[in-house]
Amino acid sequence: MEINKINDFMYEIPATGDMNVPARIFASEKLMESIKEDDCLKQVANVAKLPGIIGHSISMADMHLGYGFPIGGVAAFDLEKGVVSPGGVGFDINCGVRVLATNISVEDFMKVRKEVLHDIKRSVPSGVGRGNKEKINLEELDEILRKGSMWALEKGLAKKEDLENTEEGGMIPGANPEDVSQRAKARGRPQVGTLGAGNHFLDILEIKEVIDNKKAKEFGLEEGNIAIMIHCGSRGLGHQVASDYIQLMEKEFGFPEYDRQLVHAPLNSEIGKKYFSAMNCAVNFAFCNRQIIMHKVRNVLEKFFPDNENKLVYDVAHNIAKIEEHNGKKICIHRKGATRAFKGEPVIIPGSMGTPSYVLVGGSKSEELSFGSTAHGAGRVMSRSAAHRDLSLDEIKDNLKKKDIEIEAGSKKGIVEESPDVYKDIEEVIKVSSEADLAKPVAKMIPLAVMIG
Amino acid sequence: MTYEFLEHTADVMFEAKGKDLNELFVECSKALNETIHGDVKLVEQVKKEIKVEAKDLDGLLYKFLEEFLFLLDSENLIFDKIEDLKVDEESLILKATLVGDNAEKYHFTNDVKAITFNNLKIADDDNGSYSVRVVLDV
Repeated sequence: MEINKINDFMYEIPATGDMNVPARIFASEKLMESIKEDDCLKQVANVAKLPGIIGHSISMADMHLGYGFPIGGVAAFDLEKGVVSPGGVGFDINCGVRVLATNISVEDFMKVRKEVLHDIKRSVPSGVGRGNKEKINLEELDEILRKGSMWALEKGLAKKEDLENTEEGGMIPGANPEDVSQRAKARGRPQVGTLGAGNHFLDILEIKEVIDNKKAKEFGLEEGNIAIMIHCGSRGLGHQVASDYIQLMEKEFGFPEYDRQLVHAPLNSEIGKKYFSAMNCAVNFAFCNRQIIMHKVRNVLEKFFPDNENKLVYDVAHNIAKIEEHNGKKICIHRKGATRAFKGEPVIIPGSMGTPSYVLVGGSKSEELSFGSTAHGAGRVMSRSAAHRDLSLDEIKDNLKKKDIEIEAGSKKGIVEESPDVYKDIEEVIKVSSEADLAKPVAKMIPLAVMIG
Repeated sequence: MTYEFLEHTADVMFEAKGKDLNELFVECSKALNETIHGDVKLVEQVKKEIKVEAKDLDGLLYKFLEEFLFLLDSENLIFDKIEDLKVDEESLILKATLVGDNAEKYHFTNDVKAITFNNLKIADDDNGSYSVRVVLDV
């Protein structure tokens, strides 16, 4: 495969064979080394073969092997000639992240760190097989699927400004719950307001360094205070929506011979429209899920710091397909392990449990180069089985202790599999995003307390 | 017969083998259940009869494995034993009894998001045995 280096942060695979457009990879030389180790470059080239793709098949600096699309993949499609692909969204529809900024000082927080983390752990269900205590009925679930965070606002679980600081206002219109199967609803109903497990987490972070004073002030981030980061998605409901429609699309349209996982449907076909509607239901479910979790966190903060003030900096999806306007034209953009980065708007890139996370601001080149997108995290480099083989739990725990990070985990297995060593260097990912002017760092945050499923 | 886990950067991949289809399906479910709840020892006190239908054999395996994810999310059940599993190749119907317990009593963490169709193709070996590779999105 021909890979041309364009500059220090961008590579290109020219359009050859069945590729309709070239592929563009944002990476430094160092990141390119690990990118070349699996088949993800082949995946970004395969995405370029899909009908109606516009511009480039793009991948971000944190790219790695995914289902159909690589993780870190971005692709835009013409609304008339283009397609929608569940593999371009991912199984965890609207997996995303939000940051709540507070005026609680690190000093005050550290006096009660253990207790706060413990209380959050008790009030936010996490792990596998841990459902919500207050079961919601099916009618309410349908309302959540239609309204997303708006449902939470109506129930008193959100402030109006929370919705203003959520991508798409926390509610995508045109989501019809009838397009979501009963199986998907049965999986999602016990999971409203739950964190889940695996790579999902809730972090309490120290705002360690403000890089862009003006933007930090605008976003409500002040050095020396704490912020809360919540990372999760649409849980079993979204996973089942993806699975259902992969099977339906395959039945109706077959699959491309170059990759069975790139099953897709024309955007204007009945099944394409139904998937879009069902996906939007899952998107709304996830916005609402993160909102409810944040509400529970706020209650805990209120108990320990009755006078605290807090503000949602932003909530961004990083697994989604959406209709957006770019360069004066409406298109369908897929972001799979990629974050929206519109000029001037907040962007969140979390690190792993022992490394920094960043709030950034969308840069001036993102529209031109990546349909207003940037990376979504550090990106995995080590498999889970290799983690168990090569890393020792005691060493990981020692390292976290040295960095003075408090951890609440559902199991030892989770600590090993999500250890900082299994991820790429977050600083390198941020550097590429910044040099390419897709998104520039505003504030660097380091973990003080971590809760994983 | 057996199953073993193979390298995959982001997800979990395993290869299972069976002397017939019934055994192959049981081995796949063992690999999946090990991924979900690891070496947690279950008190077996819940039995669940399941019936799965599909259009082809690969689809039947996919749907059978997905049933575990469905029962975990919707009814909070985890399993470690499969009884009387029968794959009918003609009608493409699978029946089995799953034995396990309520998940809330145990601590484990691996959230398998989905079974994938990534290279999922049941191979019919010369000596009448079967093998398959399955990738789980975790």
